[in-house]
Amino acid sequence: MKILAIDTSTNVLGVGIVNHEKVIGEYITNIKRNHSTRVLPVIDFLLKDCGIDKSEIGKIVVANGPGSYTGLRIGVTIGKTLAWTLKVPIVGVSSLKLMAASGRYFPGLISPIMDARRGNVFTGLYKYEDQKLMLVEEDKHRSAEEWGYRLKEYNQPVLFVGDDSNIHKETFTNILLNNAQFAPSSLNTAKPGELGLLGKDLDGEEAHLFKPNYLRLTEAEAKWRDENREV
Amino acid sequence: MNKQYILGIETSCDETAAAVIKNGTEIVSNVVASQIETHKRFGGVVPEIASRHHVEQITIVIEEAMKKAGLDFSQLTGVAVTAGPGLVGALLIGVEAAKSIAFAHSLPLIPVHHIAGHIYANRLITEMQFPLLSLVVSGGHTELIYMEEHGHFEVIGETRDDAAGEAYDKVARVLNCPYPGGPHIDRMASEGEATIDFPRAWLEEGSYDFSFSGLKSAVINTVHNAQQRGETIVPENLAASFQESVVEVLVEKTIRAAKEYGVKQILLAGGVAANNGLRTELQKAVENLEGIELVIPPLKLCTDNAAMIAAAGSVFYEKGIRADYTLNANPGLDLESFSIK
Ligand SMILES: [Zn+2]
Repeated sequence: MKILAIDTSTNVLGVGIVNHEKVIGEYITNIKRNHSTRVLPVIDFLLKDCGIDKSEIGKIVVANGPGSYTGLRIGVTIGKTLAWTLKVPIVGVSSLKLMAASGRYFPGLISPIMDARRGNVFTGLYKYEDQKLMLVEEDKHRSAEEWGYRLKEYNQPVLFVGDDSNIHKETFTNILLNNAQFAPSSLNTAKPGELGLLGKDLDGEEAHLFKPNYLRLTEAEAKWRDENREV
Repeated sequence: MNKQYILGIETSCDETAAAVIKNGTEIVSNVVASQIETHKRFGGVVPEIASRHHVEQITIVIEEAMKKAGLDFSQLTGVAVTAGPGLVGALLIGVEAAKSIAFAHSLPLIPVHHIAGHIYANRLITEMQFPLLSLVVSGGHTELIYMEEHGHFEVIGETRDDAAGEAYDKVARVLNCPYPGGPHIDRMASEGEATIDFPRAWLEEGSYDFSFSGLKSAVINTVHNAQQRGETIVPENLAASFQESVVEVLVEKTIRAAKEYGVKQILLAGGVAANNGLRTELQKAVENLEGIELVIPPLKLCTDNAAMIAAAGSVFYEKGIRADYTLNANPGLDLESFSIK
């Protein structure tokens, strides 16, 4: 069975094709350019280049958040529309989990970082156990500083993954000292082939209900909630 | 002749819509999922919330349109989608979904300008007679468009500031009407009398452009001054006075342009075309003109829908207009860039 994997959660645009256990095609860019004009052309190109017809796609895996709201919607809309119209299963994998997969051989904890402005980050905590990527603390929108102190309690080396970890490098290093380690750029671009493998054995979700995990309310909703709570 | 079936997709603002049109003129299915209830508590459309809703609705709405049409994707001639103008994040959902369907089923992809869609809603009522003039009035647009033939668009007049619908929404807010305010103002106007003399923005002699910001400010000032003096204003009369000013300018300029350009038809298009005051006055004015037919679509086809996008898409398809998978949402898309001539 061929799996099509799509990741548009960050500046990284990733499309991958996995055939059974094997990654057979990957396209990755890490540039600040519109995903909208590029994702379908890339899918079209990669399938053709790998000699695969779209009718052979048996499953679609999408990195479903958190991340850039617009970016997530592009990947999710393409993924769910293709899955629904081609009548194949769709599964979502956390965009942070996908980033954490870069730390496969790291003997410690892995914290994928997406900047969320004003000193905040989207992050979770992961760990490889017997070659399996396990969730230690759930994905959340958090203050980078508080996250640093939380991680300190583990008293273990932590690998920060993702380009945005550079934005908070000082904060984490000041708190975790030598336990704070940072992945090189080559591991910061999430691999879409890995995404396909992470989603391979997951049960398909209902395409109509498939949506991004923004992990945050919109500003308007948050404001409305605050105002109406006070009353 | 083979039957032509176009699937239309529209997500430019707060309606997720899909429709199938046969041979450019016949509605086979027309599905609209409105978000009005969601945005009500915020007093207007919140773009990020609109985008989030579109993602959740898009495949459901398309599926319903296809099911009602009783068609399989392989029976479609092409997929038409609103590429702009509109809210960029909202437009994107329709564009990505349309590209995905076109890709999955190797179908032609047809980009459609939202305003062209509003104009072509009229073709679902009666065949267009050229040359024609279309008055497009909505929350985001107030334009006079001249068409010599199918696919030709010449903007001869447009608003220099607020769209008519925008002015309606702002006046509605001053009068504390719930969102969306336009229909409330229209109803109140019908119950009141135009007792206040608000300005009419005619602009330079011969201009077909519009301006509603001065009128909007005049209405707001009238309300505030009355409040300061402790006077009461009859909201129905205020609404009637405001509406009279808007309608008078719209109708006068439309009729003048229709005469100058010698058109055979006047088409009313856009959400504000649902306004009774505008419909009535335009009808009265056109009755006095010989040889000009006035076409006003029913309410359902005036507000945003995908039937109109598929109807326009059908014409663009025949004219050979196609997009590839790089198609992007363009919030500022220019209508004349779509024009054939
Ligand atoms: Zn509209």
